[in-house]
Amino acid sequence: MNIHEYQGKQVLKQYGVAVPNGKVAFTVEEAVEAAKSLGSPVTVVKAQIHAGGRGKAGGVKVAKNLDEVRAYAEEILGKVLVTHQTGPEGKEVKRLLIEEGCDIRKEYYVGVVVDRGTGRVVMMASEEGGTEIEEVAAATPEKIFKEVVDPAVGLQMFQARKLAYSINIPNELVGKAAQFMMALYKAFVEKDCSIAEINPLVVTGDGNVMALDAKLNFDSNALFRHKDIQELRDLDEEDEKEIEASKFDLSYIALDGNIGCMVNGAGLAMATMDIIKYYGGEPANFLDVGGGATTEKVTEAFKIILSDPQVKGIFVNIFGGIMRCDVIANGVVEAAKQIGLSRPLVVRLEGTNVELGKQILAESGLNIVPADSMADGAQKIVSLVQ
Amino acid sequence: MSILIDKHTKVITQGITGKTALFHAKGALDYGTQMVGGTSPGKGGTQVEITLENGTNVSLPVFNTVEEAKAKTGATASVIYVPPAFAADSIMEAVDAEMELVICITEGIPVLDMVKVARYMEGKKTRLIGPNCPGVITPGQCKIGIMPGYIHTPGHVGVVSRSGTLTYEAVHQLTARGIGQSTAVGIGGDPVKGTEFIDVLKLFNEDPDTYAVIMIGEIGGTAEEEAAEWIKANMTKPVVGFIGGATAPPGKRMGHAGAIISGGKGTAKEKISVLEACGVKVAPTPSEMGSTLVSVLEEQGILAKCTTH
Repeated sequence: MNIHEYQGKQVLKQYGVAVPNGKVAFTVEEAVEAAKSLGSPVTVVKAQIHAGGRGKAGGVKVAKNLDEVRAYAEEILGKVLVTHQTGPEGKEVKRLLIEEGCDIRKEYYVGVVVDRGTGRVVMMASEEGGTEIEEVAAATPEKIFKEVVDPAVGLQMFQARKLAYSINIPNELVGKAAQFMMALYKAFVEKDCSIAEINPLVVTGDGNVMALDAKLNFDSNALFRHKDIQELRDLDEEDEKEIEASKFDLSYIALDGNIGCMVNGAGLAMATMDIIKYYGGEPANFLDVGGGATTEKVTEAFKIILSDPQVKGIFVNIFGGIMRCDVIANGVVEAAKQIGLSRPLVVRLEGTNVELGKQILAESGLNIVPADSMADGAQKIVSLVQ
Repeated sequence: MSILIDKHTKVITQGITGKTALFHAKGALDYGTQMVGGTSPGKGGTQVEITLENGTNVSLPVFNTVEEAKAKTGATASVIYVPPAFAADSIMEAVDAEMELVICITEGIPVLDMVKVARYMEGKKTRLIGPNCPGVITPGQCKIGIMPGYIHTPGHVGVVSRSGTLTYEAVHQLTARGIGQSTAVGIGGDPVKGTEFIDVLKLFNEDPDTYAVIMIGEIGGTAEEEAAEWIKANMTKPVVGFIGGATAPPGKRMGHAGAIISGGKGTAKEKISVLEACGVKVAPTPSEMGSTLVSVLEEQGILAKCTTH
């Protein structure tokens, strides 16, 4: 789960990670009030959307007085920002972070992730602050330093100091930088983050080390033990169909194509998208109905797929293992009757009770095109939507 | 022959009094697995009664701890169906009891819990399969997990996969072509897990009864690339691959916690090119996993040896 920068900074602050003073604003008036109460000589107006690259897209402005704060807030609120992470349709700005400006001496990068290779948490740091870490990794991998953390003891001070020295934090600030990293690690572990990125981490003219930006992602498997983090979810930032799907425990991801997919199992769902593309079609979504698909789940899945006006046809691909094909077939027929089937539907069933499942579909009186294999089904739906 | 499990493997189910666990304990018994008991803290000393498809009644003893269950039943393997919040604890309990093999089916365990489990397992005797996996089956002998047993046929092709349903798809294609399987192993879709591709490939390489292997990967991480390099250097048997997720957008988690392209790493394209470069033929579509294997078996002149029915 993603959260906004201002929320991330609030979470980090609880752990003693230094961040600039700031306030969230939902309106222009709130923005001006926030700047007034901060009372700093320079104020930064930052668009809050769940995507990086906001600065380049005109979503971050430095204001020298309250009039400028007002002008920038008016300009950015409601604006659709298009960055390399939003896709071409962009994202509308509905919240601003009004933050005190600071005297930046130098920018760095610090990030924390779970490394799959070692199965451990790794802290990374680089002197190339402000640049995307992927770019640094591609161009100058020797400038990224890593410390692997033993979960039995957690990040140690010496590791944090090593990182600070490696990235050439000014000598007198190494202690502060190390403290910053220790606090960041603690926040990462205690809140079950999947990514914590501070880019840039800055050292300031007045001798502080702080997080100028903060990107926190959380492990959705662990949200059950973090009610406070769950409350930070911003539904405006998520696809409506994905929100609806999550209510029914369906794993759904919206894509750009016109063939809706309903599949059981994540691997098979991905492979179904692939095979549609292979035969010249474009999948409209990833959708895993899970192993225990009920009629209700199948019906909801259909509704969500059909709520996408781009969808010109649906491909249902089920390998019934524990889940019997006749149950799935009944679910499909029931759902199709309830919703009214106006777009082509290709169904491929395989597995337990497959003959009975096929019979149910054939006798339903609905215009369902049966398929014998994934390849057959994919080719049929691709030609039907053309 | 087979790897990991066979008809002699004695298995217990951790959390056996739960609905899902009981359902699959019955499935295992129906298949002929030596399911010899289970655990459920607080219910030690009771029995669970299971009526099999053939009408036989089986009564399995329930214990409070894995240690006791192992001592009383002689089980060497355990399977875990407990809910995600408690699964890490269950795995560590089985490791502490020195079970040889622990198969964790549970999906949705917090990643940082698995980081602790991985640390805890260092230097221990146990092999962990999963979590978030369908389990392991040696056709005709032993089924531990949630896979439909009847699609499998005993034979000589090993299957290893990060995805459950794609494994079924591959096995079904093989069985339909008369090619049986030695063992099918689902290693699971989580980013931090017990057993990786290379571990299973090593076992298949050493198993005299496995003649070829199908390896099914997906986007995310670099385990497939590492496996490809290992195959090139060590594998004496043909390996055919498939990678799911060629059309997955970056930064989105595709169902499995581990199936995510992050920072431009872990794409299907990259994995396929490394596999091909290491001599692993990759099926162009999931429908062609079986036929790709058949073509490789033909090339190597071992199709007849692998055709079992």
